Amino acid sequence: MLLTLTTTHQPATDLGHLLHKHPDRAQEFRTSAGTAHVFYPRADEQECTVALLLEVDPVALVRGPGSTLTQYVNDRPYVVGSLLTVALGSVFRTAMNGRSQSRAELAATPIPLRVNVPVLPHALAERLFAPLGWDVAVEPIALGDGTDSRYGDVTLTGTHKLSDALKHLYVLFPVLDGSKHYWVDEDEVDKLLRAGDGWLATHPDRELITTRYLARKKPLVQSALTRLADVDDVEPEELDNALAEPTISQAEPKVSLAVQRRDAVVAALRAAGARRVLDLGCGGGALLRALVQVPEFTEIHGVDVSARALQEAARKLRLNRMADRQRERVVLRQSSLTYADPALTGYDAAVLMEVVEHLDPERLPALEHSVFVVARPRTVLVTTPNVEYNALFETLPTGQLRHSDHRFEWTRAEFREWAHGVAERRGYAVSFEPIGPEDPALGAPTQMAAFVLDDNSTLGEQD
Amino acid sequence: MELKIPDLCLVVLVGASGSGKSTFARRHFAPTQVLSSDYFRGLVADDENDQSASGDAFDVLHYVAGKRLAAGRTTVIDATNVQRADRALLVEIAREHDVLPVAIVLDLPEEVCLARNATRPDRDFGPHVVRRHRTALRKSLKFLGKEGFKKVHVLRSQSEVDDATIVPERLLNDLRHETGPFDVIGDVHGCRQELEDLLGALGYDLVRDAEGRPVDAVPPAGRRAVFVGDLVDRGPDTPGVLRLVMGMVSSGHAFAVCGNHEQKLVRALRGRNVQVKHGLAESLAQLAAETEEFRRQVERFCDGLVAHYVLDGGDLVVAHAGLPERYHGRASARVRGFALYGDTTGETDEYGLPVRYPWATEYRGRATVLYGHTPTPEVEWVNNTMCLDTGVVFGGKLTALRYPEREVVSVEARKVWYEPVRPLVAAAPDREPDVLALGDVSGRRTIETAYRGRVTVRPEQAASALEVMSRFAVDPHRLPYLPPTMAPTATSKRPDVLEHPGDAFAEYRAAGVREVICEEKHMGSRAVVLVGKDSGAVYTRTGRPFFDGELGEELLARVRSAVTEAGLWGEFDTDWLLLDAELMPWNAKATGLIRDQYAAVGAAAVGALSAALEVLRATAARGVDVSELLARTTSRLANAVGYRDAYERYCWPTTGLDGVRLAPFQLLATEGRTYHDRSHLWHLETLARLDSPLFTRTRHLVVDTGDEDSVAAGVRWWEELTAAGGEGMVVKPLANLTVGERGLVQPGVKVRGREYLRIIYGPDYTEPANLDRLRQRGLGAKRSLALREYALGLEALERAARGEPLWRVHECVFAVLALESEPVDPRL
Repeated sequence: MLLTLTTTHQPATDLGHLLHKHPDRAQEFRTSAGTAHVFYPRADEQECTVALLLEVDPVALVRGPGSTLTQYVNDRPYVVGSLLTVALGSVFRTAMNGRSQSRAELAATPIPLRVNVPVLPHALAERLFAPLGWDVAVEPIALGDGTDSRYGDVTLTGTHKLSDALKHLYVLFPVLDGSKHYWVDEDEVDKLLRAGDGWLATHPDRELITTRYLARKKPLVQSALTRLADVDDVEPEELDNALAEPTISQAEPKVSLAVQRRDAVVAALRAAGARRVLDLGCGGGALLRALVQVPEFTEIHGVDVSARALQEAARKLRLNRMADRQRERVVLRQSSLTYADPALTGYDAAVLMEVVEHLDPERLPALEHSVFVVARPRTVLVTTPNVEYNALFETLPTGQLRHSDHRFEWTRAEFREWAHGVAERRGYAVSFEPIGPEDPALGAPTQMAAFVLDDNSTLGEQD
Repeated sequence: MELKIPDLCLVVLVGASGSGKSTFARRHFAPTQVLSSDYFRGLVADDENDQSASGDAFDVLHYVAGKRLAAGRTTVIDATNVQRADRALLVEIAREHDVLPVAIVLDLPEEVCLARNATRPDRDFGPHVVRRHRTALRKSLKFLGKEGFKKVHVLRSQSEVDDATIVPERLLNDLRHETGPFDVIGDVHGCRQELEDLLGALGYDLVRDAEGRPVDAVPPAGRRAVFVGDLVDRGPDTPGVLRLVMGMVSSGHAFAVCGNHEQKLVRALRGRNVQVKHGLAESLAQLAAETEEFRRQVERFCDGLVAHYVLDGGDLVVAHAGLPERYHGRASARVRGFALYGDTTGETDEYGLPVRYPWATEYRGRATVLYGHTPTPEVEWVNNTMCLDTGVVFGGKLTALRYPEREVVSVEARKVWYEPVRPLVAAAPDREPDVLALGDVSGRRTIETAYRGRVTVRPEQAASALEVMSRFAVDPHRLPYLPPTMAPTATSKRPDVLEHPGDAFAEYRAAGVREVICEEKHMGSRAVVLVGKDSGAVYTRTGRPFFDGELGEELLARVRSAVTEAGLWGEFDTDWLLLDAELMPWNAKATGLIRDQYAAVGAAAVGALSAALEVLRATAARGVDVSELLARTTSRLANAVGYRDAYERYCWPTTGLDGVRLAPFQLLATEGRTYHDRSHLWHLETLARLDSPLFTRTRHLVVDTGDEDSVAAGVRWWEELTAAGGEGMVVKPLANLTVGERGLVQPGVKVRGREYLRIIYGPDYTEPANLDRLRQRGLGAKRSLALREYALGLEALERAARGEPLWRVHECVFAVLALESEPVDPRL
């Protein structure tokens, strides 16, 4: 990867003094990120350009257990990001600190500078560099199919003290690189504070910068799901999406839809007199946290098929810090609603909050059997989106579902048809309740079905 | 003196301290069969005589006893057991596991006990203890039978003890030594004519008495009939049926288990107060016309019927209402109750008949279970069980199953003899699918495979597979197989390449495989195609559907019509085919990955290196020496361009299905049949008959690994393929499934082209320094994984072909997916 820095301050060759690197020599430095080369493609009175080229060993970069295929074919050796800034901080450390024995005054003077990086993830470049006084010019880089990649050839122009400019680059390049930034060093916070000194505190996007700079992805800890994604040539996120956010997060003015849904479910459970409660498809534990608050629920059994979701639920519930009595009420277990699980029998109520729409329709009979034949609690609550209401979400394009993992979203009539079918086949009575603001024509955003075991019915277990 | 005890039982030794129980146990039982309270006290308290540890010691002892009994192992309790409360706990444990408790009492004189204790320095607790024990024992003696012990043996002197021998007796239900073949016959319910018809159809010769009534039937050589019970009631001639069946049983031509109707008939014949319902009235009226002598025979016969039989070495169980595995070969009131009445839920249906718990959907046992009791219009296998009651008395059929042939033989009812309370139609049109249970797949699992023994799946592997299988895969009913991973050939020692066909040929030659086939490797995505006459699925290596909705249906329709054109349905006498194939282009499935990963890296590499080259040239023009760096960068740019060209070659635009190609290379299975015993040439030739624009042929070449010219031709072929941009090839034993001296031989190894590998190992992998390091790759884990997955895949196919239950097929398929989460170098 490559970075060039040019000044037209005259004599331009003073750049060599500021950087402590002679313009007529090509030099090589070993850094923790790879071999850094410093040389000058142009060095005269009018204009002087220094080039920093970092050679990364692609084989060494990705050695180690647990690596996945996507890491071997890796943009790291080419893209300007955290690796280059490590080299930058090492090779130009003195200049970055603003020290120069031979040109101390110049080091403290803003000079015209032009920085070019041929391959940079540029989405945030304008937003982050412009407030610091840089002009940002981007030439997007196209992919083979003609569409634009996330990279661009980026040129920054501005008048800055050299040390300030280097600090800007040092902090903001990794931030631009975002989630791909996983070069980990121990005292990352200190480094940020030092390099951000004098400008970061007043940057309008300081929070974004801080979060992204410090949020790093550990490259060596890959989930088993990532490996299964490898097998299928798909990106890990395509499988490992149990905790993915919905496409819309409808912010209702006072109480969000998610909260209303939770409240409606808890109220229905209390009304049913349930004490031992199943949260089937508990995900990250949004409902579990509400259930734990209600002392009537003496046993709360959360089930999800995603091991990662369960970890998240345990974390959010602060399970390991709960008092023993409280802890005893909660069970978190991996299970699947398409497999019959005898451990789910004997409960008073089961909740499937925003779960059924994550299953392919052809698997619904298996879910029906698991819930209504095997678990067979007295009360079953099912909530699911009402697709008719989607028209009222301004941010949701027509025809698009609310979550990328939704396999379907039902109209009110479709939901009722399914629910009535289940009730009839399994010996339950069912009633319906809208959740959220109700539109006269399109109904409420969420629909809930409450199934109650019909004591007079004789069906359900004889198929 | 012979002490008879059931084959499987809980033996409770009873006797005072010093009565010689441990010595007795040692003499008659294996050390592991005997659970001694002293020993368990030692285990929990480091002191066999620490009475304060008795509570804990017995807890553990009872626990171990429970585990042994659950596993069907006779267990001996060596403790004084002179207190009624202690024995009650043991009787309870025996009942819990449906085994019979037996008491062996050592009622020896006090002085014998005292004398024996005197020789034991650790038993210095004084004579009052022995005395107390003996008092308690004597009080208990006559109540032991009432307490629940099925047999009580009392030994009253040392000489009786010395003379005693233990004689195990087979349980009444234990006919494991009877290995058949059998004809298992469903509920007859007094339909004598139909029974005669059925026995005729099964090839039995009827024997008639002077009045022309059938009194026996002689089976074809070696065969035996087994009746599942409910011979009586409702039908027109219960006495005739009984006369025939009793004759067959007494002549050794048949076995019969007891049905609930026989049970009730016995009670009625004995004058007990029973409700005369469900056709009992007819039986009683018909029997009233018979002789008293005959009625007594019937009573004795029905009373003597055993509730279930375990036959054929334990592989076949016959019980009237079916039987879960934990009850096979067990004896208790609970087992008998289940065998006669099934597991009723306590609810009744709209016709007032009891609702029965569907035990068969949960059945996971090894033994085939044949039963009756619940009339159904057609028989069907559910998890290796079959209900043979086809309601002959209600105008249905009388059915028999030939075992082990599994052939169904039925005769029609001559008329509706008895109006059914509940119509004899399938209960629900949308029948419950074969239900898979969490226990079928989760946790640590070991699967017995025919070709590679036991394959183990670890719990964490199963956990991640559970998520993918539940959330993303197609319905398990349409997922009878997942393809195994494939190992690359051994790493080449030749300069400049990582993989070379010469190594693959050498490897197979060393494994004793003379003829191999080289198949062109299509750079696409592995696809399994299940095509049925009106259903099917096209899915990936993790079981995910390739195309959503209509596009998937359209693809299937095109495959289907090609299969029809080629006449394969009839040729294989099947309603479905399962194909192993490659689906192209690569971007048909991997669009996101290619765009965000491969193409992005290509664009970044070419962009960054081009810019670097430019500034380096400018620097060099200034007279600064950057020649080494310049040369290296030039070479890396060429690598980057090579990389970009490599992946772009495997991508092309598709619209809908236009541009999509399918290259099937193996016919995995059709109804009841697998094909891994057919040569790969046969597969390619058969599948080449699928002829439509959708299909791409797989170019191939047969190589004789023992012939230098042939090997050279194979190498040349690979060189030409890869020079033209091909991904490479797969080398397989020509004969297909090959088991060599050291077990299963790799079913194929891939030999990938030099340029192709850039998209696997990165653009610069060909730089000599990089190649040297990459050669260190270890192949062992990948090869072992490939063989385990291959064996599991074959197992799934063969189980499906044998018509085994869904869960048995699914556990193999699931295991393949679970193993895929093993952290193996993904570049291999």
